[in-house]
Order: sequence, then C-alpha cells, then structure tokens
Amino acid sequence: MRLEAKSLGWAAGSRRIVEDVSLEVAPGETLGLIGPNGSGKSTLLRLLAGLLTRRTGTVLLEGAPLTTLSRRDIAQKIAVVEQIAETSEALLVRDVVELGRTPWLSALAPFGAQDRAIVAQALEAVGMAQMAGHSWATLSGGERQRVQIARALAQRPRILILDEPTNHLDIHHQLSLLRLVANLPVTVVMALHDLNQAMGCDRLAVMDGGRMVACGPPDEVLSTARLASIFRVQATRLRDPADNATVFRFLCHEV
Amino acid sequence: MSDLAVPRVLRRTHGLWIAQGAAILLLAVLAGVVIGETPLPLSTVAAVFANRVWDAGLIVDPIDVGIIWSYRLPRTLLAAACGAGLALSGVVLQALVRNALADPYLLGVSAGAGAGAVAVTILGVGGGLLGISGGAFVGATLAFGVVAALARAAGGGSAQLVLAGIAGSQLFNALTSFLIAKSANAEQARGIMFWLLGNLSGVRWPDVVLAAPVTPVGFLICLWFARAMDAFSFGVSSAASLGIAVRRVQIMLIGAVTLMTATMVSLVGSIGFVGLVIPHAMRFVVGPRHARLVPASALAGAVFLIVADIASRMLIPGQVVPIGVVTALVGAPGFALILVRNRRRP
Repeated sequence: MRLEAKSLGWAAGSRRIVEDVSLEVAPGETLGLIGPNGSGKSTLLRLLAGLLTRRTGTVLLEGAPLTTLSRRDIAQKIAVVEQIAETSEALLVRDVVELGRTPWLSALAPFGAQDRAIVAQALEAVGMAQMAGHSWATLSGGERQRVQIARALAQRPRILILDEPTNHLDIHHQLSLLRLVANLPVTVVMALHDLNQAMGCDRLAVMDGGRMVACGPPDEVLSTARLASIFRVQATRLRDPADNATVFRFLCHEV
Repeated sequence: MSDLAVPRVLRRTHGLWIAQGAAILLLAVLAGVVIGETPLPLSTVAAVFANRVWDAGLIVDPIDVGIIWSYRLPRTLLAAACGAGLALSGVVLQALVRNALADPYLLGVSAGAGAGAVAVTILGVGGGLLGISGGAFVGATLAFGVVAALARAAGGGSAQLVLAGIAGSQLFNALTSFLIAKSANAEQARGIMFWLLGNLSGVRWPDVVLAAPVTPVGFLICLWFARAMDAFSFGVSSAASLGIAVRRVQIMLIGAVTLMTATMVSLVGSIGFVGLVIPHAMRFVVGPRHARLVPASALAGAVFLIVADIASRMLIPGQVVPIGVVTALVGAPGFALILVRNRRRP
C-alpha cells in the first residue's frame, strides 16, 4: 500500500520538530528512517500514522488524505509500534496482542475463532507463543517490545510503522525481528539507530534538525561524508569476506 | 427461539452469566425488602407483590404494605441503580484517565451537585421550579463543564483532568460551605449535611422512576464501548492507532458518567468510595478486560449499595446512619488495600 507525505510539518509551541518533509513509500518497500537524537524521526512516524493533530501538510494513503479516513479505516491499514508502551492494567500477553484486533471488531462483531488464530500466529511470529499466559508487567523490555510487535502484526496491517523496533532486543532477536519484518508482504517504515542494520532497508531517509536531508538507496545515502557531517562520526567501510556485504566501523570525531 | 433471533453477542456462555447476574441482583433486592427494623416474613412480601402486580386480593396488614411497597422497595431499587451507576462511572474514568485513583467525584461532579442543591434550598435559586434534585443536577453539570474547560485550557491530558477535577471540587465544596455559613439556619445546615453524606431515607417512587432509566442507558453505553476502553490501556495515542475515534468515545463515555453521577448525587447525595473501590475489587475477580469488568462492576456496585443501605438502617436501632458513612467505613480500608496492592514492584 502506497504512503505519501507532502510537505509535512509539526511544531511543539514555537519549536519546529518536523519541517517540510515530503516522501513516498512504494507498496512492499522497507524504508528506514535514520538520524541523530532529536532529529524528528519519531514525530515524523507519528505524523505518517495520523496520530498528531495540528500538523501542516498532508499524508496520503493510497491517494486518499488521512484526514478523510476514519480512525478505524486507518487502523485496519496502518499499525504502529511506538518506543514506549506502558500500562497499569494487569493485562496478560495474550490480552495485549488481542488489542491488535480492535479495528476489526465491534460490539456486534465480537472476537471469534479467526481472531484467535490470528493472535496465535502473531505470537508465534515473534517467538512469544509460550508466554501468552504471562502477565505483561513481568516481561523484560525486549519481551514487551516483541509483544507490541505481535500486537501490530495481529492488526493485519498493509503498512507497518515501527519506532526503533530493535531497541531493548538482544542480538538474536534484533536480527530475527528484522528478518521477520523484511519477509512480511507489507510496506514498512521504521526508525533505526544501528546504521549497519539500516543497510538492510530498501531505501533510507535521513533526518536532521526536523528536515529530511537525503533519501535513497543505503549505499548512496550512507556516504562517509554524510556520516561525518550528520552523525559526527568517522566511518570506515569494510567488506565482510563471508558474503561481500558492506559493514561500517565507526570512530567518534572529537576523540 | 431460532438461532437467528439471538444476536451473536448473546450466545454461548453469555446467557448463563446474565441469568446468574439477574439472580444475584434479585436476591439482593429481596434482602433489601425483607431485612429491616421490622422483620417481615417472605410470605408477606410475596403477598404484597402478588397484590400489586397481579391484583391477587390477598389480605395483608396495610402497615406492612406501606413498609414494603412505599418505603423499602423504592429505596432498595434506587440503591441498586445508584450503586451500579457509580461503579460504572468509576470503571469508565479509571479507563479514560488511566489513573487508578479516578472516581466519579474526581470530576467535581459531586461537589457541584452539593453546591447546586444548597443554592436551591438556601438561596431559593430557580424560584421553586428547581427542586433540590434539579438544583443538584444543574450544579453537577455546571461543575463538570468548569472542570472540563479548565483541563482543556491546561492542555487536555489525563493528568490535567485530575488536577482540574481537584481544583473544581475544592471550589464547589468551598462554595457550599460558604453558602451554608452565610445563610443557613441550624436546622437547614443539619439537613444539608445529612443529605451531603448520602441518604436514601426520603426515597419514593418518583425518584426511582427518574433514576431507573439512567443506569441501564449508561450501562449499555459502557458495554458498547468496552473494547474501546480496553484500547485505552496503553494510552490515548495507542488507542487512536488501534482505530478508536478517541474524541468521540471520550465525549460519549464522559457524558454517560456525568449523567449517571449527577442523577445519583442529586437524588441521594454524595456516596463515596463505590466508584473507586468496586471497579478495583472487580479487577481482582474478573480481570482488567472491560467486556467482563463493566457488567461485573455494575452488578457488584448494585449489590454493595443495597447491602450498605441495609446496614445503614440496621447499624443503630431507631436511627438511620447516612449511607455515605457506611460506604466510607467499608471503602476506606478497601482503598488502603488497593494502594498497598498497587505499589510499584521493586
């Protein structure tokens, strides 16, 4: 499903967090969003999901402005995993994932066998099936992250918006999550901090000071000059002899 | 009945739960009618009902008829409607405000009702058109309006609503005290204080007729939005991303809460702790999902207030203890228990 942004902007008071961002995400594409802390990645993701009011510019979903769609329509197409998910309710893992079915249910179309199967499948996909009966409050950060991703999968979205999904995850789960996301037949927009992991995206968009300063294939976008100017690191490109893939090694400028 | 005639939502185990709930409620109402300073045998109660409902023409002492039909039954029914309404209000507010300590009095509704009732009784606001109940209702709605406007002006978050509610409650409580201190004579002051503490003594059938439709309507609204309230578990933004029309749901639910609380407070005064403690207690029993929590809390609230009313009549022989005192005596320790059980894990 195609997602387009036209001169998106958002300000917190007089402080402009995101300014004049236009981009287009093709159906099935995985777009990585990178940039230093406070560059506006999370805000841009929330804008793309239509979760912020008082924005400037438009977001188009399959050509239709988000503002013309109901929240339910949007939620059937776009699932979001934010960085922070906290609750004081004593929910079980299964309860949290079942929340993902919300946009498909109503008082007259209650949770049924098909929904149960979708929830089980989503739990399976993130390796949390055996934890379904555990309490959310007892989970570790990484487990919570995986449950939230399962919740998003249970939404059966066409577009998945993820804010640093590999945060809190151990290396095994980071890689398995990225592979899971890459294999899904959906459009993905995700913010990432690990630039080596970002190399796996179809395209990368670079945010700096609220503006999008570059967008293109990872090889072009992650030039050593750009890494120096925006991320303030000195980068060396290495080749992994195992599969000839490009790997970065970083050194801090100031040192 | 054919399968088609039964909506999908009511099939399977639902029927059993509804039957059990209705049975428990019926038993509680029966207890409320039978138990009292004048113990009345079930046979008398049955005879009165038979006479009233089927015109059976059985011979019953008219005093017993009066006690059962005009005194105990209406106050028991109102206690049930009131308890269910307050508990539902607590469920809704705890879900929307995402604060374990939220309850119907948080929004200043009860304080506003008190101020409204006092304004009518002492100052004669409304020129006799508004009764004490009408004044309370206007005051409650007004107070909620003030609190909502203040919360909105402060940025509209749930923390802002809590703070605005506290400010609003203080303001309207102060207004009540000011009016009493300035204008009331001793007898009026005593009457108002008694009313403010919650009181079902004066309840008659017209009050029941007024309250009876409010709680079921509020209950259906809560049940309709049960899934939406679940979606608020991870906050407003998460609810929106799950397809909840946040503003519309908030307006509908808070509207239902204001209607229920204002009606109940205007009829029986402020009865504390029901809205706070019952939803928490029910979370321990049926879990946090609102499809169960809503009906369980409504039922428990109704039963709890019926029992509290019986206690308020029986505690001191020859005297009625304000029901708000009874609920607070039970509710405050319950509240303490919630605090302890909700403490952050180390």
